[in-house]
Amino acid sequence: MREAAEALDVKVWRGNAHGGGYRSYSVPAQESQTVLDVVTWIQQHAEPTLTYRFACRVGMCGSCAMMVNGEPRWTCRTHVRRVLDGKRLEIAPLRNLPVIKDLATDMAEFFDKWTGAEGVFHPTATRKDAIAPISPADPMRQLANEAVECINCAVCYSACDTVTANPSYLGPAALNRAWTLQNDERDGAYAPRLRAVSADGGCFNCHSHQSCLTYCPNDLNPTASIAGLKRLSSTSFLRRGRTR
Amino acid sequence: MKAKHNRDPLRIASLIHRISGLALALFLPLHFYVLGLALNDAARLDTFLRWTDYPLVKLAEAVLVLLLSLHLFGGLRLLALEFLPWSPRQKAYAAIAAALSFFVSIGFFLSAV
Repeated sequence: MREAAEALDVKVWRGNAHGGGYRSYSVPAQESQTVLDVVTWIQQHAEPTLTYRFACRVGMCGSCAMMVNGEPRWTCRTHVRRVLDGKRLEIAPLRNLPVIKDLATDMAEFFDKWTGAEGVFHPTATRKDAIAPISPADPMRQLANEAVECINCAVCYSACDTVTANPSYLGPAALNRAWTLQNDERDGAYAPRLRAVSADGGCFNCHSHQSCLTYCPNDLNPTASIAGLKRLSSTSFLRRGRTR
Repeated sequence: MKAKHNRDPLRIASLIHRISGLALALFLPLHFYVLGLALNDAARLDTFLRWTDYPLVKLAEAVLVLLLSLHLFGGLRLLALEFLPWSPRQKAYAAIAAALSFFVSIGFFLSAV
């Protein structure tokens, strides 16, 4: 990696659940530098007590998401040159989640909402049964395919204005997960999941701002998944509770 | 820690849909009151109808028509989003809904004055 002479003007939010503020750091600019590289440089060279979360560094684990210049990003795959505002970089903990310390947020409510949306697979077979043959051409499988590559990074949850306005809203990631399971013919919890996602805080809270679609780092479309759940719920209502 | 996508066209479309809905909800009682005058007080209705001939009142009516059509076309856009297969042209549909609404309200105003 070639080191350039110039420096980045980086502001990092430091604090905890009771409050905090931005502190400025001067970080050497480098070629192919990611936002996570910048945060790591600050911790290793300027601020050893800086707290942040990361694991894989290759966009697989979904643990390093932060607000970068006001937008939620997966920092390990976000190149500094793509998000730099002049020489300025402002890094903060994810929006819509409580802060534990500095850049690390408490993800408990995010994952609780996954279970709240019945985002859990309920098997209908045992290990003694044969593996269910599911054709890749099956229309339901194709719908699930479009939504299944979620890495639980909470970027969509952080981008969602409805979550900001209504903390009980399950959010795009949990509902997107529920949509993949509603299209999994091996799953046995279709009706309870439909009730969970149609209840208060469920899919009908979505205002279709489509920020989740704009910011999802894996190019998923939670808005389309939520629209799919709304369709399933409305169809079930018109059929007086009968599903599928 | 504020997100900076506040000026996203689809967020603005959503906001307009809600504000136009609220404005129409406030307008409806007045509308029904005037309709009620036709049954109960024809003289007052005539006075009111003469008042609506003022150009400024016509302009206010055009604004009402704009709100109504924004809510109608915006609502059709949302129904299409939720009940038809997904289309990537969501911002274009929001722009078309806004354009149709302005077309209808300007048409109303030109035919009214």
